[in-house]
Amino acid sequence: MPETPRRPASNLPPLSLHIPEPRYRPGDTPDFGDIEVPAVEATPRPGEATRPDAMRELSYGLVRVLDFDGQAKGQWDPKLSPERLRTMLRNMMLTRAFDDRMFRAQRQGKTSFYMKCTGEEATSVASTMAIDRTDMVFPSYRQQGILITRDYPLIQMMNQIYSNRGDHLLGRQLPIMYSAPEHGFFSVSGNLATQYPQAVGWAMASASKGDSRIATVWCGEGSSAEGDFHSALTFATVYNAPVIFNVVNNQWAISSFSGFAGGERTTFAARAVGYGIAGLRIDGNDPLAVYAATQWAADRARTNNGPTLIEHFTYRSEGHSTSDDPSAYRPADEATAWPLGDPIARLRQHLETLGEWDAERHEAQAKELDDLVKTTQKQSEKLGILGHGMHQPFETMFEDVFEEMPWHLKEQCDQMLAEQEAKFGPNWKPE
Amino acid sequence: MMSADTKTMNMIEAINSAMDVMLERDPNTVVMGEDVGFFGGVFRATAGLQKKHGKTRVFDTPINECGIIGVAVGMGAYGLRPVPEIQFADYIYPGLDQLVSEAARLRYRSANDFICPMTVRTPFGGGIFGGQTHSQSPESIMTHICGVKTVIPSNPYDAKGLLIAAIEDNDPVVFLEPKRIYNGPFSGYYDRPVEPWSKHDASAVPEGYYRIDLGKAATVRAGEALTILAYGTMVHVTRTIVEEMGIDAEIIDLRTLLPLDIDAIETSVKKTGRCLIIHEATRTSGFGAELAALVQERCFYHLEAPVERVTGFDTPYPHSLEWAYFPGPVRIATALTKILKD
Repeated sequence: MPETPRRPASNLPPLSLHIPEPRYRPGDTPDFGDIEVPAVEATPRPGEATRPDAMRELSYGLVRVLDFDGQAKGQWDPKLSPERLRTMLRNMMLTRAFDDRMFRAQRQGKTSFYMKCTGEEATSVASTMAIDRTDMVFPSYRQQGILITRDYPLIQMMNQIYSNRGDHLLGRQLPIMYSAPEHGFFSVSGNLATQYPQAVGWAMASASKGDSRIATVWCGEGSSAEGDFHSALTFATVYNAPVIFNVVNNQWAISSFSGFAGGERTTFAARAVGYGIAGLRIDGNDPLAVYAATQWAADRARTNNGPTLIEHFTYRSEGHSTSDDPSAYRPADEATAWPLGDPIARLRQHLETLGEWDAERHEAQAKELDDLVKTTQKQSEKLGILGHGMHQPFETMFEDVFEEMPWHLKEQCDQMLAEQEAKFGPNWKPE
Repeated sequence: MMSADTKTMNMIEAINSAMDVMLERDPNTVVMGEDVGFFGGVFRATAGLQKKHGKTRVFDTPINECGIIGVAVGMGAYGLRPVPEIQFADYIYPGLDQLVSEAARLRYRSANDFICPMTVRTPFGGGIFGGQTHSQSPESIMTHICGVKTVIPSNPYDAKGLLIAAIEDNDPVVFLEPKRIYNGPFSGYYDRPVEPWSKHDASAVPEGYYRIDLGKAATVRAGEALTILAYGTMVHVTRTIVEEMGIDAEIIDLRTLLPLDIDAIETSVKKTGRCLIIHEATRTSGFGAELAALVQERCFYHLEAPVERVTGFDTPYPHSLEWAYFPGPVRIATALTKILKD
């Protein structure tokens, strides 16, 4: 390879390559004192039809409703009834109880994999409560709160996690990659951010058909680096698609901190600015802020005022998944040092401040939900757990590759059934 | 043989007519892609369709193939039947993840909760001085994906019938259009005048709806001396050489690479005892390798000579040396002589 010309020597310091590095590693004492948390009342709520360039500061600020004393304040307060607030609390508590139980099931060897959303429950639960049940959600892998909020049967979730006889996905998908069209929940992909342009396409279709339904879509701050994210924002702004983009900035993508997605330079909500899309950066641990921002964006989308990007500023309290060990790359107490608290504790405090909740009811509800999850788990485990027997007829492996099975798959299926008989005998049945 | 509702069409017109018919018949069909709207496509395949069917049915897209295919997946999930165009097959790679991991897998991973009835149309192949980024033949990348059908027409009549069947199919189809023969069948002799489609029987195309089922090959020429498996542009090149050499070859135009018409291949090779496979794509791991494997698995005891392949070389498609790269008359004649020797 011929050499390209070099610049003559000068007295400039040599160029240096910046490799982002999180501020705290295991053994360090985390201090998030420099995270700016503006006063609740400081953030104005523009009209839903506001031009994106007239509300840019909201991409760099932090929309909040609940202060740290449990009071709901400011222009963004959605003024929900105590009944709605209690439903929200229950959905978040159920999500956490479900997570704890399923995490433990994986540790007990009952399934291969699980992902908790601890500390991020508000982002999916409150957001789902602020849209219509007929709106279509394109989730990432950490939005189990959406299914729980839409009353998807817990046993179906567990059956999928166990890949057992009751799993309507026939054991084909990694645990937590649910699919629930009748609950407006798109099939979860294992590839990151691919759902972003798909949600835009769904929203474009809805608009072109004169429908009134909108789409919402989810990814993490880490996967906002994927090309699909930027493709989606481009298409959404070009066609003014009725879609809500949610970026859950939980600070960590497995072991990579948000700096590896560009978080050292600007906010993730600010991605919207360059695309001419409305951007809201919100306190993702404040369920009322999540609700209010989503409601704003949904109203905007439904009135042909276009897409919104919402950055949920939050913290991933647990590992990325059961396959992760966060103590290897970050301080163990980062979650407790996080300045925005825990969403369940904050909503509980708010309800108690209103006189609509108390410790006794909270403990009773926690126990009720724990029992519900345990009972459901027992029912699900009767239908089998992963790795203890094979629960699906072997030929299901070949079905649904195409609507009709072509000859080459039929041949391969016959081969596999012969292998099955050679190994298990002619009378084998799914267990 | 021209009936009242039959018109002489070249391949572009036939493809245009297929989309026109489907836009008319099915309100869920949408056509999208770079430059396909007002302008009507860089090869004119969508000319007039936006004006006739409206901007929300036929529209331009950003230059973003990941977005085009990804958005089409979402539209399919809504209930539309999208027909995205990728301007050149060489540009499909930025959208490949959406095709491989999403479109192709959606029905399977969701156990029929969601499907992807999408047809990706894209011009492929060389012979128009397109250089290495406007000449590639990526069909074997497509056939290697489980969950995608791959279709390649070789004439106007087939192009329309196959495209209608592809659009109506409830699974994703990659519809590869051999751009060298858009305007006329190609003899393989780049230095001879181009023959227009109007001189070819297959340019008589019904104006209305008809379909050619996917997965069915066509026998272009019946013969006894050997079987030649080809598709797209190479069907015509092959036919020219065979006729010049006076060889009684059976030429099978595969039309659909996946699902493949294995019965047609097996029957013919068992009859002739010899098999030559011809494609323009690079040789190593090309679709010819799959065909050769299938033929030896099924017809080994009928073979009188080794299965031969005539292909493009394993180099990028060169610009100025395009015709040295192309599997033209000399390469095909050499292979024919060799396979018929004993």
